[in-house]
Amino acid sequence: MSALIAAATPTTTWYLVLAAVLFGIGTVGVLVRRNPLVMFMCIELMLNAVNLSFVALAKRLGDIGGQTTVFFVMVVAAAEVVVGLGIIVSIMRKRPGANVDDISALKG
Amino acid sequence: MELVVFVFAAAMILVGGIGVVLRSHPVHAALSLILTLFGVAVIFVSQEAHFLAAVQVIVYAGAIVVLFLFVIMLLGVDRTEDIKTEPFKVQRPLAIIVGLGVTGLVTAAVITSRDVVATRGAGIIEPAMTDPDSNIRQLSRSVFGDYVVAFEVTSVLLVVAVVGTVLLTRKVKPASKESQ
Repeated sequence: MSALIAAATPTTTWYLVLAAVLFGIGTVGVLVRRNPLVMFMCIELMLNAVNLSFVALAKRLGDIGGQTTVFFVMVVAAAEVVVGLGIIVSIMRKRPGANVDDISALKG
Repeated sequence: MELVVFVFAAAMILVGGIGVVLRSHPVHAALSLILTLFGVAVIFVSQEAHFLAAVQVIVYAGAIVVLFLFVIMLLGVDRTEDIKTEPFKVQRPLAIIVGLGVTGLVTAAVITSRDVVATRGAGIIEPAMTDPDSNIRQLSRSVFGDYVVAFEVTSVLLVVAVVGTVLLTRKVKPASKESQ
């Protein structure tokens, strides 16, 4: 049993497959959900999947550049969330309870 | 040991991710997102990215999810969304096909190229056993050395984002129109 567990040490491929599954979940969420806030959360899921694969490959290839990229991705994600939520707040203030189908024409 | 950590973190990530997609209440979706982000932080620790794990917890699980919850409460959209009815009948099966296709293609690419990533490079990531600060030191050397221009541009991006958001969400008073 212990030999089996020792043989099943997770390799980089496992982490990359996990990241792919998480990215797929995020993709389905963006395509299915109608609430703009939940769609934003699903975009965060996709960004985290990419961060996961960057960190796994940074360890595998012994290159700290992967972790540096994740650092910048986090900063840009924070800025993106701030701007996106600001847009959502200003839309929702004019039209309470709107979903993304109601605002598809991009006009007030 | 690494297997146990991986299994638990993967379970957290997948349960949280599926929860974000399937929970009809936005607050529940945000809480599921926290579960996913903590799972990703656990994997960061196991992959020798200690600084990024701390940033993940502080910035993502702390700031960003709190921002989401704040906007949910501010807008009063914290009611259950009706996700049973679907205006476009074909959209949901198509979305699942697209999601499975993306996952399958990326997985196939990863598995076919596993021999390529199997070669370890020169290796500037030292294990944390010998030096606990090595990860932070290497990352800071990279950020403030090779990528210092990108770092400075990032600060400009943050200022632009904050000022732009303040302008976007500002309420226009009628008096300001008269003064123009």
